[in-house]
Amino acid sequence: MVKVPKIKLLIENVNFFYNDKQALFDINMSIPDRQVTALIGPSGCGKSTFLRMFNRMNDIILGTRHTGKITMDGLDIYDSKTDVVKLRRDVGMVFQKSNPFPKSIYDNITYGPEIHGQKNKSYLEDIVEHSLKGAALWDEVEDRLHDNAMGLSGGQQQRLCIARALAVEPKVILMDEPASALDPKSTARIEELIGELRKKYTIIIVTHNMQQASRVSDHTAFFYEGALIEFGKTHQIFTNPEKQKTEDYITGRFG
Amino acid sequence: MNTWRDKVIYTILVGSASTSIFIVLLIFFFLGKEALPFINDPGFSGLFNLRWIPVSFNKEIFGLIPLITGSVLVTLLATILMIPFGVLGAIYIAEIATGRERSFLKPFIEILAGIPSVVIGFFGLVVLSPIIKDIFGLSTGLTAITGAILLALMAVPTVITVSEDAIQSVPGAYREASLALGANRLQTIFRIIVPAALPGIIAAIMLGMGRVIGETMAVLMVTGNAAKITFNPFDSVRTMTATIAAEMGEVAFGSHHYQALFWVGIFLLIMTFFINLIAQQVLKKYQMR
Repeated sequence: MVKVPKIKLLIENVNFFYNDKQALFDINMSIPDRQVTALIGPSGCGKSTFLRMFNRMNDIILGTRHTGKITMDGLDIYDSKTDVVKLRRDVGMVFQKSNPFPKSIYDNITYGPEIHGQKNKSYLEDIVEHSLKGAALWDEVEDRLHDNAMGLSGGQQQRLCIARALAVEPKVILMDEPASALDPKSTARIEELIGELRKKYTIIIVTHNMQQASRVSDHTAFFYEGALIEFGKTHQIFTNPEKQKTEDYITGRFG
Repeated sequence: MNTWRDKVIYTILVGSASTSIFIVLLIFFFLGKEALPFINDPGFSGLFNLRWIPVSFNKEIFGLIPLITGSVLVTLLATILMIPFGVLGAIYIAEIATGRERSFLKPFIEILAGIPSVVIGFFGLVVLSPIIKDIFGLSTGLTAITGAILLALMAVPTVITVSEDAIQSVPGAYREASLALGANRLQTIFRIIVPAALPGIIAAIMLGMGRVIGETMAVLMVTGNAAKITFNPFDSVRTMTATIAAEMGEVAFGSHHYQALFWVGIFLLIMTFFINLIAQQVLKKYQMR
């Protein structure tokens, strides 16, 4: 029997608007649990907007609204009863440009657990070690945890941001072009890390880099002008896409 | 032809720019020139006497200590008062206020900054000091705290404006990162944004203090002008600025009293110089980041 992956996030008839401008058109898809789903497409196709719906980061932008429904483990994340704080704990995010706080490495990691009420010092120390190990950064920083995070290299900073996201024990991690500002070596490390993280977390990654999508993801969704053109197994999307548009994009005919 | 015109314009620009340097040097020169004879005649150590009795039938005493403590007391009280109003006001305007609230609030802050100090002093004399007197059951409302409240009022616009700039220049990426971790707005403001803007906020407070310590008219009108050493906010005090303003007009030219007043000016200049220097250093460090 074929093992069907569990669905983590179910997206039904989602439209999204910035004031009067519609950015997403009737998106329907289901994101499998503990796998990597890549969102690809040309700039401005709505993939980042879509990504930011899962932790409701679009809420902080004035004049945005949506229709349709997104459920995580069966619960509507846009329900008025949904606790946004709880949601953002469950759905962590790593941004395009690494953005560690201008604090020590240690304080960057403990910030999340602390705002959620964790005060126990030895527990926090465990979280720091655990998160940094999880982000493959521990060996490089273990003897300078109290140095300012701004002193780290770009790739290290991005892994610190991943560690910071891990520290609040999310279930889903959103990554918005996490390696686009990094050199090839740092990019390779991040991709390796994604391969590790997929064992424990559901990962949704936006990327411009087609090779990256094919290397790291299990499923790929191709967006074009706010619509989901094609969604399927990464292998199939890259070798035998069903839609002409998808083929044109992945073969580099536009985008 | 063109180069000739360029040269004239260049000369005018350089001249205007260097005027301030020239005037500062001139001020230093004259302060020194008028003050220096005091070192020989009554003696420099006389300035460190604990009393200021410039007019007397037996012995005049020109100790600056009560004036310095007066200025320090009023400045510290004003600083304590302006920090919450200035910094919290800036946080509100920069982070919480809607665009509409901001465009409503900012003109008032600018108006407050533009009110002449004598008008604020008048308000203090007529309105504030009777209130202080009644609330605290004092024999007079002309006290250090009365002056400090007025000075805080005058410094708050500076503190708000500079702090607001500092807060707004905190990268939006920090805000997003904090919110994405599940922090609410207030946690983000007080745990991420304010700490990141802290050097700018400290510089704002220092600039406010610089304004406060040099302010004359309002304190002259409401602090009671009693030259005594006290750290009680409800006592009358006499600040350095008020002393110069009140006494310089009646002093005999070239007398010891006259020279002592110049010393008050020199000490005042040194104090404001250091406050501004620290503020500039903090600000510079902050902009380098």
